Amino acid sequence: MSLNLTEISLTAPRETRALFAPLSLSVAPGETVCVMGPSGIGKSSLIALIGGHLPRGFTTRGTVTLAGTDLLDLPAEQRSVGVLFQDAQLFPHLSVGDNLAFGLRADLRGRKARREAVEQALEQAGLRGFAARDPATLSGGQRMRVALMRSLLAAPKAMLIDEAFARLDADLRVEMRAFALRHIAARRIPALMVSHDDQDAQAADRMIRLSR
Amino acid sequence: MIAIRALFTVVIGAPVLIGVVLTLGLALGWQPGLGQFDPGIDAFAQALSLPGFATSLRLSLVTGLGATLGALGVSLPLGLWLIGRAGAARYLSPLLAVPHAALAIGLGFLLAPSGWAVRLISPWATGWDLPPDVVTVGDPWGLVLILGLMLKEVPFLLLATLIAAGPRDVAGQMATGRSLGYSRAQVWRLIIWPQLYPALRLPVLIVLGFSLSVVDMALVLGPSNPPVLAVQILRLFSAPDPEQARPAAALAVILLGIMGLCLLGWLGAERAVATLGRHWLRRGRRIRQKQSLSGPFLAILGLMLGGGSLVILGLWSVAAFWRFPDALPPGISLSRWQAADWAHPALSSLGLAAASTAIAMILSLIWLETEDRLARPMRLGWLIVMPLLLPQIGFLQGLTTGFLWLGLPPGPVAVIWAQLLFVFPYVMIALTGPWRALDPGLTASAASLGAGPMRRLFRVKLPVLSAPLMTAAAIGVAVSVAQYLAVLLPGAGRVPALATEAVALASGADRRLTAITALMQAVLPLAAYLLALALPLWLHRNRRGLRGGLT
Repeated sequence: MSLNLTEISLTAPRETRALFAPLSLSVAPGETVCVMGPSGIGKSSLIALIGGHLPRGFTTRGTVTLAGTDLLDLPAEQRSVGVLFQDAQLFPHLSVGDNLAFGLRADLRGRKARREAVEQALEQAGLRGFAARDPATLSGGQRMRVALMRSLLAAPKAMLIDEAFARLDADLRVEMRAFALRHIAARRIPALMVSHDDQDAQAADRMIRLSR
Repeated sequence: MIAIRALFTVVIGAPVLIGVVLTLGLALGWQPGLGQFDPGIDAFAQALSLPGFATSLRLSLVTGLGATLGALGVSLPLGLWLIGRAGAARYLSPLLAVPHAALAIGLGFLLAPSGWAVRLISPWATGWDLPPDVVTVGDPWGLVLILGLMLKEVPFLLLATLIAAGPRDVAGQMATGRSLGYSRAQVWRLIIWPQLYPALRLPVLIVLGFSLSVVDMALVLGPSNPPVLAVQILRLFSAPDPEQARPAAALAVILLGIMGLCLLGWLGAERAVATLGRHWLRRGRRIRQKQSLSGPFLAILGLMLGGGSLVILGLWSVAAFWRFPDALPPGISLSRWQAADWAHPALSSLGLAAASTAIAMILSLIWLETEDRLARPMRLGWLIVMPLLLPQIGFLQGLTTGFLWLGLPPGPVAVIWAQLLFVFPYVMIALTGPWRALDPGLTASAASLGAGPMRRLFRVKLPVLSAPLMTAAAIGVAVSVAQYLAVLLPGAGRVPALATEAVALASGADRRLTAITALMQAVLPLAAYLLALALPLWLHRNRRGLRGGLT
């Protein structure tokens, strides 16, 4: 069930030089690896490549497998890779509960069972009774917790974190990072986090630095 | 402020209100111009018992609702296909500029049993040496009319979709939805499009009102006997027997009522669809879908039909004797161009367009500049919306009567004023966005240099906004040249124009003259768009930041 990157390199549109030196990496289930590097080296592009959200025009080399399946040939929606984005990306026209229900995996059937699953996720996020709330009324940390729960409800086989904590206040960042890593670890899935924050690296199980 | 509000109320609001009131009055037996007043609702009874009323009603509902639903339905996959494509909007604007009548005539030449589409595949593929005995153009269900309406309305709705999507993080939401396991088409339908819809509501309702009451396209493409309600109303209004005017007005009031009911029904259906959508969304079903091809397929189909309609106009205008199954005319001849008097209506259309667009531009500038100086909105949005939402036949005949009653006889002035009711809203809509987006720092720094409000307007705002101003003017010309009823009724036959000539010719047998007139009608707005594209390039040839272009 591990996430394996083999000799990955990325070239931006209309560039000839790869963004970073070829990267090989294996992330075990339940393990969190932090990828560090200066801004502009392509950390977010690496996340987009694995998640399937890379804009047109990039050239890629190497392979990415998850639990033995080659990811790069699959469309994003069939990769079972959850992404926690920088801005939580809650859908503004849906209530907090409906945002979570949209994420919740489809094989859990029945209106009651699904509502209970959503309530339970809110409870775990410390947001009991928030189901009917407008996402716009939530604080930054609350939004991030809902976004993480929404991703996890889809039962992903791997989780990617794209500098998701960078915009939070220092205190909140520590708390949010611990919350996220705890929940991801509890699901025994590999997680890859990109960041330029040393504290993120320390909180992860392992750190890798991208270089040209 | 009060004077300015009064100006707009008198110039735009009053004519529409007078038109509606006089139509309603006529239906109820009140004719102030003739000093007649015998109230009663027998005109309605007369209207309802007209032969073919039920069929006309059905046709109007089927074509109006069908075209609106169809256009909206087609705009969904097309919108998804266009959303990530930079510059898509600039290709849509010229499509919007093609006048309804010209497009309808071209589409008729394309799809008629003896039309170009059949000629291209006959006789080698079909075996037809004579045009097949099937009804295509003018079919009893109005399907070709629906197709023609959709060709005009889909680009309009797409442009509205792209404008609504502009300020949103569509790519980010798409990535989020897909990382949760949903296909692109599903994320678009369930997440992104519902957020854009509030901005699409008004364009959709304008499309609905237009489709329910269209006259020029229905005359060319719709069934002729019985025709759609709007055409039936026009026939009665222009019947030689003045007694027919009252049932005509009653029918117009009925059409207004139908529009109102459809609007309410639409708003109700919106809620139902939203509720259904939320239920669907809560179930979390992921539909595995291969990359959808419907977007590019629909785009190619639309471009073939729209482009083919314009090309066939060009072909017919220069065709020598062209017998049925030949795919192309055997020879080219300019004799019709030389013999026919197309220049007269073309110049007349150009003059009407120049006048109505100039007035609309000045009014829009007064409106926007007044808002800037007072730093608060005018709250007259209903003035912009009303002429676009109401069925034209529901107030333009009343307006013509009203003008006459108030001492303005049918003629160019009445036509320009009537056109202004439609040109002004579109110019205003086109100009508002760029005007509000202008960097306030520019005017602030001009003020700090001692420039007064007039100098700021003429030396800073207008030059910087020259590209959007040109685009707005081009849209004004396109709207003006496309007007049919607004020429026919207030002009009372005294004002020639391409739209009315083309539609009148379309029911005749002279395909070449029809094609020439329709082609000229299509060329005028396209020329205006080209000019709008070229002028800022030339004016600002040394100012890279101001060259703009079509948006």
